[in-house]
Amino acid sequence: MLAAEPRTLFAKIWDAHLVARGQDGLPDTLYIDLHLLHEVTSPQAFAELARRGLAVRRPERCLATMDHATPTEPGLDLVRLAARDSQAAAQLETLAANCRRHGIPLFGLGSERQGIVHVIGPELGATQPGMTVVCGDSHTSTHGAFGALAFGIGTSEVAHVLASQCLLLSRPRTLRFWLEGRLAAGVTAKDFILAAIARFGVDVGTGSVLEFAGPGAAALDLEERMTVCNMAIEAGARAGLFAPDERTFAYLEGRSLAPKGEAWERALEAWKALPSDPDARFDREERLALGEIEPMVSYGTHPGMAVPISGRVPEPGSLPEARRKALERALAYMALEPGEPLAGRRVDVVFLGSCTNSRLSDLRLAARLLAGRKVSPRLRMLVVPGSRQVKRQAEAEGLARTFLEAGAEWREPGCSMCLAMNGDRLEPGQYALSTSNRNFEGRQGPGGRTFLASPATAAATAVAGHIADPRELL
Amino acid sequence: MTRRPLTFVESPVATLRVPDIDTDQIIPAAYLKGTSREGLGVGLFAQWRFDPAGRPQPDFALNRPEAEAAEILLAGPNFGCGSSREHAVWALADFGFRVVISSRFADIFQSNAQKNGLLPLELPETEVAALAAELEPEPAALVTVDIQACRLRTPAGRELAFNLDPFVRRCLLEGRDPLDFLLAQEEAIQAFEVAHPARFDSRELGEEARP
Ligand code: SF4
Repeated sequence: MLAAEPRTLFAKIWDAHLVARGQDGLPDTLYIDLHLLHEVTSPQAFAELARRGLAVRRPERCLATMDHATPTEPGLDLVRLAARDSQAAAQLETLAANCRRHGIPLFGLGSERQGIVHVIGPELGATQPGMTVVCGDSHTSTHGAFGALAFGIGTSEVAHVLASQCLLLSRPRTLRFWLEGRLAAGVTAKDFILAAIARFGVDVGTGSVLEFAGPGAAALDLEERMTVCNMAIEAGARAGLFAPDERTFAYLEGRSLAPKGEAWERALEAWKALPSDPDARFDREERLALGEIEPMVSYGTHPGMAVPISGRVPEPGSLPEARRKALERALAYMALEPGEPLAGRRVDVVFLGSCTNSRLSDLRLAARLLAGRKVSPRLRMLVVPGSRQVKRQAEAEGLARTFLEAGAEWREPGCSMCLAMNGDRLEPGQYALSTSNRNFEGRQGPGGRTFLASPATAAATAVAGHIADPRELL
Repeated sequence: MTRRPLTFVESPVATLRVPDIDTDQIIPAAYLKGTSREGLGVGLFAQWRFDPAGRPQPDFALNRPEAEAAEILLAGPNFGCGSSREHAVWALADFGFRVVISSRFADIFQSNAQKNGLLPLELPETEVAALAAELEPEPAALVTVDIQACRLRTPAGRELAFNLDPFVRRCLLEGRDPLDFLLAQEEAIQAFEVAHPARFDSRELGEEARP
């Protein structure tokens, strides 16, 4: 018998979900195991179903939550929200009505399980190795931390999945980042992914699925892997992937939707066969040493414009014309001078939250650095847990008290100041040090300026009142 | 969605060769609170088109006279990166664009555009630059895009061939939504579901998840 050709983790998942291989110029038809939904990108998809008179094919494979436009002020329910922002309230009500109509489970405002879509999927055990996971949201790549092929789709494709549980797709290329070594103290997974994007560019992954592999990848825990995969999209990748391993299984065991008993044993066996075969070929490979990475901070208007925290704003002078213009434009928006050091730069707001960095480990890390210290009176710090479960646990562990005693705001779960849809936003010209994933112009409020960094850097900055190196607080 | 087939475009070009334009710029989050796909043109590039007081910025590409009738947008590389919001495509289409030219499109934007009859037309960066150079002295000159033949004709009469996925081309020419092709695969989908039973049923989450 001929040995089977070695395959990548990506190829194994893709092949296992082929309903039909594309023929006669058609793309492949891929089956989708889990479809996550939220209020912003779904209404027009449900409307399309209604227009065509179609049902939701598999409501039991859908899971909906309210996160993007939801208020994070304590005690604001839908009725009070409607008085303040009738459009947002109408959008939330539309999601609830669509879910009721089609029998789709929904975690609404006030639900014990509500939270950011990419936080609750893993939390419930819905995201499992080997699955295909989609959501009308680019950061669906987060779920790749579990060895699931997870990617963001547009609203038209949301309608496709609702109606057929499938998508028509052409097969992406593969890119592997081989990680050696370990992160140094005070350096986080967020710093790693910012460093990788700064080095390889915001479009290195375009058209590709990006697998993080090697001893450095295996040493990251699941919440760190989620942070890394979350930002795979900021490297342009279709999806990010980590091979499932014992840590993955330990994270999943016992969660609400994870398999139980005999089904668990069967699932484990299948999951253990998923990692890329040793000789599997990737279209492109790069190596990175984790030990060399420093805390990173962005200075510009896309996530690739980032430098080590001890670094300076780059000089546009020497760059090729197109890149020079882009940098000049970014620096004009950010009101930063070439050659200026980033550490010491004043900020107005510190935002600890978003699907990148709002999980328990992120809050623990920040709380550890804030304990016994005070948030500088010069700035405002918002702490927004990723889900109600994270919030409850953080309260039980005393993290919430640490934040409050330090002078930070402790808010309700949601996307909040990551995209500033819900009223949590910067004033024009203000600077934020943010643990979110995008520093695009106006992302955190029109005219607002964003420095992306880790939760540790966020805590150190909050205490100092200006951008500060977390290693000094260790 | 059934829509107008896209076969041939002849139009002046709006030129916005900024690299890495993200969908937050194309349509800011403030415009995402609606539940319809209509009328989003008002928010297109809102933060670049208008000053904070809502007055048009005269220098911005889409506010220049030649942009008025433009159905073609000439953009920088990595166009449409960031958020998956299809609102970006709806806004471009509502504003009147039918073709965006770039040397590289972000994956989700490209997929969204194709599903809404907006052609993401890829050309090498050198060709994008050459086209921009041709348009500079006569910004109102016409460019033609022939989707049937996969050819673009510059104002100077140069003919450029471009690549287009055959399935995408067919959907554009026929004005069809790929959903039609998926629904036609019902038998295969059913067979797949029988062979691959689900690992969970999200409805078992019970009361807490009742909408
Ligand atoms: S937290 Fe930010 S990036 Fe994540 S899903 Fe919400 S808006 Fe998107």
